[in-house]
Amino acid sequence: MSDLGTDFRLDFSETQLLKKGVSKYHIAAVIGIPLVAILFQVYVPRFFERLSYLELPLLVTVYFSLMRRSPVAGVLYGAGIGLAQDSLSHNPLGMFGIVKTLVGYFAASMSQRFDVQNAGVRLVLSFFFCFFHQFFYWVLGRALLGEALDMDLETTLVVAVLNALVAVPLFHILDKLKVTG
Amino acid sequence: MEFFLNRYRNLTVLLVAIVAQLVLLAYQVKSNGEVRLIRVWAVSAVTPLARVIEAGRSGTVHFVRDYFVLLNVRQENQRLKADLDRTKMDNQYLRSELSTADRAKSLAIFQQQSPSKTIAAHVIGNTTGVGAKVVIVDRGTGSGVQKGMAVITPDGIVGKVTAAYPTASFVLLITDPSFAAGVISQKNHVHGTLKGQGYSTVIVDYVQNEQKVDPGEQFFTSGDDRIFPRGLPVGEATVVRDGKSYKEIFVTPSGLQNGLEEVLIVTEGVHVPIPEAKPTSQPVHLQAPPPAESSDSSTTDAAPTQAPAQPPVQSGPLTTDADRLFDQYRKIGEAEKHVYGQGGRGAPNFNINLNPRPVNATSTPPGAQNSAPSAQRPASPQAQSSAPPPAAPTPQNPGAKRP
Repeated sequence: MSDLGTDFRLDFSETQLLKKGVSKYHIAAVIGIPLVAILFQVYVPRFFERLSYLELPLLVTVYFSLMRRSPVAGVLYGAGIGLAQDSLSHNPLGMFGIVKTLVGYFAASMSQRFDVQNAGVRLVLSFFFCFFHQFFYWVLGRALLGEALDMDLETTLVVAVLNALVAVPLFHILDKLKVTG
Repeated sequence: MEFFLNRYRNLTVLLVAIVAQLVLLAYQVKSNGEVRLIRVWAVSAVTPLARVIEAGRSGTVHFVRDYFVLLNVRQENQRLKADLDRTKMDNQYLRSELSTADRAKSLAIFQQQSPSKTIAAHVIGNTTGVGAKVVIVDRGTGSGVQKGMAVITPDGIVGKVTAAYPTASFVLLITDPSFAAGVISQKNHVHGTLKGQGYSTVIVDYVQNEQKVDPGEQFFTSGDDRIFPRGLPVGEATVVRDGKSYKEIFVTPSGLQNGLEEVLIVTEGVHVPIPEAKPTSQPVHLQAPPPAESSDSSTTDAAPTQAPAQPPVQSGPLTTDADRLFDQYRKIGEAEKHVYGQGGRGAPNFNINLNPRPVNATSTPPGAQNSAPSAQRPASPQAQSSAPPPAAPTPQNPGAKRP
C-alpha cells in the first residue's frame, strides 16, 4: 500500500495532476482510512448487526479511485483493499480482491468523464458500484467457487441505495482530508 | 511490445492484477488450502487493534454500569438504616442471584460439568463481508484450537472453527448459510441436517414429510457430523410444516439467544445421550367416583362442612347415575303399581316420596350410608341410630377424629 503514493507520482507531474483535477492525500490517510474501514466492518457489526450491510471498504475504494482519476491507481487500490478484506474473511483470497480491482478500475475510468465533485454524480456512481460489487461477487462465487449463493435482487438494491446514501456524506468528510497547495 | 504496454498500460495493469488473483484463487481451490502467511499477517495485525478497541469499549461500559450500580447501593444503604434485617436478607438474595446469573461463572460451571474438554474464548470481532456470520474469537492455535472444532455456550451450539491462527480463530456461526450440522429431535428422534439461512432462524432439512416433528420440540446434535458431540442442545422448533419433499422445520437456536460474548471451544468432545423429553400433556387428575346417591332426600340436607370420612366406596350393582335413576323410577313404578310401556294409564307420580323422613331422623354422611348394607333400603330410625356415621372433625364436633 505504501507504494501507492510513489505510483501516483509516476502517473502525472504535479501540473498535470492539478490540470486534471486530481486530488492528493497524505500517505497516512491513504493507508489509515481503508484500515479504519476494514476495522469498522470487523468490529462494529458485533454490536449493531444491521451495520454489517455497510460496505465501507468498497466506498473507500470508490472514493479514492474517483478522486485519483488514474485507472492504475484504482486497480492497485482496489486490489489492496480487497485482498486485505479477503484475508479477514473466511472466503479464499482473491474474491473481494478481484471484484474491488474491477471497481477501482471502472471508477477511475468513469471519473475522467464525470464531475466527481458533484453530490448527485457521487450518489449515482456509489449506487452503481455497490450493485456492481454485489452482483460480480455473486457471479464469482458461483462461477469460480461453485457456491450456491442466493442473489436477492431486492435486498441487493436496497443495500446499494443505503450504501450510496452513506457514501455522499462520507465522501464529503473525506474531501476535508485533501492536501491542498 | 513496449509500445503496446505503453499504449494499453491501464488495461495491462488491470489484466495482470486480475490474472494474479485468479491464479491465487485457483491455487487455493485446487489445493484445498489457503495462503496462510497472508492471513496470519492480516489477523495478527488486526487482532491487537480489535483487542484494544474491545478493552476500551468494555472498560467504558463497565465504568458506566458500575457508576449506576454504586448509585443504587447508596440508595440501598439508606433503606438499610430503616430496615436492616430485611435488606440484609434481600441483599444476600440479590448477591446470590447476581453471582448465579453471571455469565462467566455459568460458563465455568458448565465447563466443569460438561464431560467434553473445552476452553473459554471471548468474541472480539466479526469478519469482513456483507452480512457475514463469522466471528473472531481471541483463542488460536496457541491455546490448542484447531480448525473444525465445535463452539458452544451452555445454552447450545454456536458454530464451528473454520480457521485457527496463532492468536485468534474464525468461528462460522450456525446462522451462516454455508453452515450444516447433524441434529436429532428430542421426542421422536428424527434425524435431520441443520442449516443456516443468514438470519436468526435456522432450518432443519432432509426430514421426510412422513416423519413426525412437533412444534416446540427440542433439537440436539446427533454427533453424525463428527464436529459436534452428540447431545448438545441446538434449539426449539418454532414452525413445522410439510414441504415439497421434505418438511420445513424452522428452529430458533438456543445458543445465540443471550448474545455472544463468551463461548466455549470443544477441544475434546464426548458424546452424551439425548435427554428424555418431558411429557407434553399434563397429568390428568381423575376425581374419585361420586358416592351413591341415597334415596333419602334428607341426606342432601347434611351439613356441607362435613367432609367424607372415607373415600366413597361403590356398593351394590348401581354404578352410574343412569342406573340409580332407573332404579328410582322402577321403585316408583312398583309403589304406584304402574307398568311402564302400557299406554292409557297415564304416568306415575314421580314426585312421590318413597322414604318419608322420620321425625327424629339425624343426618348421616353419604359415605357412611353407602358403607352400610342397608344403604339402598328405606332408612328406619333404628337403623339410623344403630349405625352411627364415622365422625369427622367438624365445627359442630371438633373433638371427633377421622377413622
